[in-house]
Amino acid sequence: MFGRLISSRLTWIALVLLVVGATLPLYVTGYILGILTLSYYFGVFAMAWDLLFGFAGEVNFGPTFLIGLGAYTAGIINANWGWPMAACVLAGALMAILGGVLLALPALKLRGPYFGLMTLVAVLLLQNFIVIFAGVTGGEIGLTVPDVLFIDDSANYEFALGFMVLSGAILFGLSRSPIGLILQASGQDAVETAALGFNVAKHKLAAFCVSAFFSGTAGALMIFYLGTASVGTVVDIAVGVQVIIAAVLGGRRTILGAAVGAIFLILAGEALRPLGELSTFVVSAVALAVILFFPNGFIGSLLRVGEKS
Amino acid sequence: MSAPLLEVSGLTKRFGGLVAVKNIGFDIRPGEILGLIGPNGSGKSTVMKLIMGIERPNAGMVKVEGVDVAGWPSHRIARHGVGIVFQHSRPLHRQTVLENIKLALLPDSLIRLFADPEVESKAIAIAERVGLGSVLHRRPATLPFADLRRMELAKAVARDPKIVLVDEPFAGLTSGEVNDFSDLIRGFRAEGRAVLLVDHNVKSVSALVDRVKAMYLGEHIAEGSAEEVMQNETVRRVYLGGAITTAARPEATFKGNEPLIKVDELGVLYGKAQALEKVSIHVHEGEFVSVVGLNGAGKTTLFNAISGLVPYSGAIRWEGAPLAGRSPAAIARDAGIVQCPETRELFGDMSVRENLDLGGQHLAKAERLERTEWLFELFPIIKARQPQAAKTLSGGEQQMLAIARALMMKPRLLILDEPTLGLAPVILEQLSKALEKLRQTTSITVLLGEQNVTFALPHADRVYVLEHARIVWEGEPGRFAKEAGAGLL
Repeated sequence: MFGRLISSRLTWIALVLLVVGATLPLYVTGYILGILTLSYYFGVFAMAWDLLFGFAGEVNFGPTFLIGLGAYTAGIINANWGWPMAACVLAGALMAILGGVLLALPALKLRGPYFGLMTLVAVLLLQNFIVIFAGVTGGEIGLTVPDVLFIDDSANYEFALGFMVLSGAILFGLSRSPIGLILQASGQDAVETAALGFNVAKHKLAAFCVSAFFSGTAGALMIFYLGTASVGTVVDIAVGVQVIIAAVLGGRRTILGAAVGAIFLILAGEALRPLGELSTFVVSAVALAVILFFPNGFIGSLLRVGEKS
Repeated sequence: MSAPLLEVSGLTKRFGGLVAVKNIGFDIRPGEILGLIGPNGSGKSTVMKLIMGIERPNAGMVKVEGVDVAGWPSHRIARHGVGIVFQHSRPLHRQTVLENIKLALLPDSLIRLFADPEVESKAIAIAERVGLGSVLHRRPATLPFADLRRMELAKAVARDPKIVLVDEPFAGLTSGEVNDFSDLIRGFRAEGRAVLLVDHNVKSVSALVDRVKAMYLGEHIAEGSAEEVMQNETVRRVYLGGAITTAARPEATFKGNEPLIKVDELGVLYGKAQALEKVSIHVHEGEFVSVVGLNGAGKTTLFNAISGLVPYSGAIRWEGAPLAGRSPAAIARDAGIVQCPETRELFGDMSVRENLDLGGQHLAKAERLERTEWLFELFPIIKARQPQAAKTLSGGEQQMLAIARALMMKPRLLILDEPTLGLAPVILEQLSKALEKLRQTTSITVLLGEQNVTFALPHADRVYVLEHARIVWEGEPGRFAKEAGAGLL
């Protein structure tokens, strides 16, 4: 197991990237660090989504339902009752898990497009709720949270990097464990998986909970980094679509690819900002081209090359 | 005698109004192989699913070593000692053969993040037993068809089940592979497992089974040794039809001019499974030809190749000119080869009349109305049902509508794929009368695919028998029972 880990090319590439990533504050500006910090939280969103879609086979079109639940729960508690940040994040994560279970129950009954539709409706419901109860949630203007993670850019950056690496390690490890194998089988052929003696419902429910936990935690941490929670950053369907594109772009069923895709998407969007309105168009076109011509995504294509040899 | 491992009694399953399985019961002892046979739609696969818990029975008991597991979820039944070898499955494509087998050895647990070390050696041992030793690290997509089936068998073995259910053990295998698989299944018997083989006919499993139970339309019809069941009157009637009066017109009547359609050395591959091999048939203008074969023999594939829906090797000639390269739409519209598929493919939310009008879309209004009137005469029930949504019709009515819609297109060759599928005997009679009338009053050319011989023979001028992707017999319907019947039992 560990021998294979050391000999794997992927391990070394990851290690190099990690060292470069960790020392980045030494040679880039605070502005770039800020963008990367955001992209790392985004990376966790995409990885958590990949666990559900790539492994459990559940097409969740509303990743922001889980993210938004975590973010707003943490934000509201912090703003209204002044709980310490750690407790707020924990509460946000728990709320997201609750939301995950709520999504999972119909997911185990509904098939295909119906479940996808339901996840979209869940996002719209959450968005409506936030707008209607503006007194508590800040409504369309957004919710300002009194606490922030760190004042210093570098500290914020290192924290986000650490969080993404830790989440990535856990999710990746899970995907490569026996549970990941059972999940993949459940996603592909639930009838046969059950006939092999696996409780498909139990495994899928667990996948929903794990995905929700990381989505919610990342969402909560992100608003404590930004200092505000708003529909536009953590709930809007457009944000969810970006998470999905990131995961597919990086390579579904790879977990790590999702993070790579997310960082690429955010950085590319920022690099093309001088193009103004066009930037979104260019990034979308690139994403579309990658999905069309390399349906396995960045990392997926790399792994494929390895598979063939 | 030892106590039975599996005891099934009073098993019943209804799907809506249809009784798919009616009061079925049997026992299997340790080290015994029972063959459960029946034609398509007889409910045998449903029985297997009920035992495995994939479907929940409406009534009855499934006792595994004395414990009634009827209605339990699949995974609990599996953990209780029942294993199944599916005919088709979707393996894990990104994982190797070995990892696919390891999956079956894992515990149903959310906290075991690392597999036990002996899982690997166990999986290798199982792979070698089923003959996958040399392809352990290949991915399923690169395996030949027989190896994929071996992998399914390996997964079932890995669960170490007391009772093994095998769905169509030999479908798609060559004779050498059939021998290998037979030996593996005999191995189950030697280990004292109870084995249930589900298949279409006695012949394919007769060398293996200790006993055979035959089903038809959800009911038990015969039980005994393979020979006894093959001799059984009811079984013979179900598979071969009773005394059939045939009305064949000799082929010479149609000879002289070129066949309307001529299929030469047709071959079709589905991935790695050979669906058709060197199939040659021809149909003359005005002739009624039946292709008889069990489910999975390749009838639908043959028709789909003619309609241009699947790629093939060999040649299909229509009035002497090759059909290859023409789109399915052109084949249906311009050539006039209209297929009425097994699945009927009605537009369920549209009314009966709309379905018909759609078929006659290319006709001038006057001609369309005239043709509709003619069809109402042929199928009076359709006339009464005009405003109803097509999906609310009964199975028999839907079949008639599907045929009527195909006839609206003024076909020169009408292909009927298993029109009798899932229909009750009384409906068959009505359908049969309509076909007879069609044959008597028009000069239509028909190619009929059927496993129900009673239905296929009376109208036919000529019969082909399709078995395991090949044509094995051709001749007049009158000679069928004597010469080709045994192959279908």
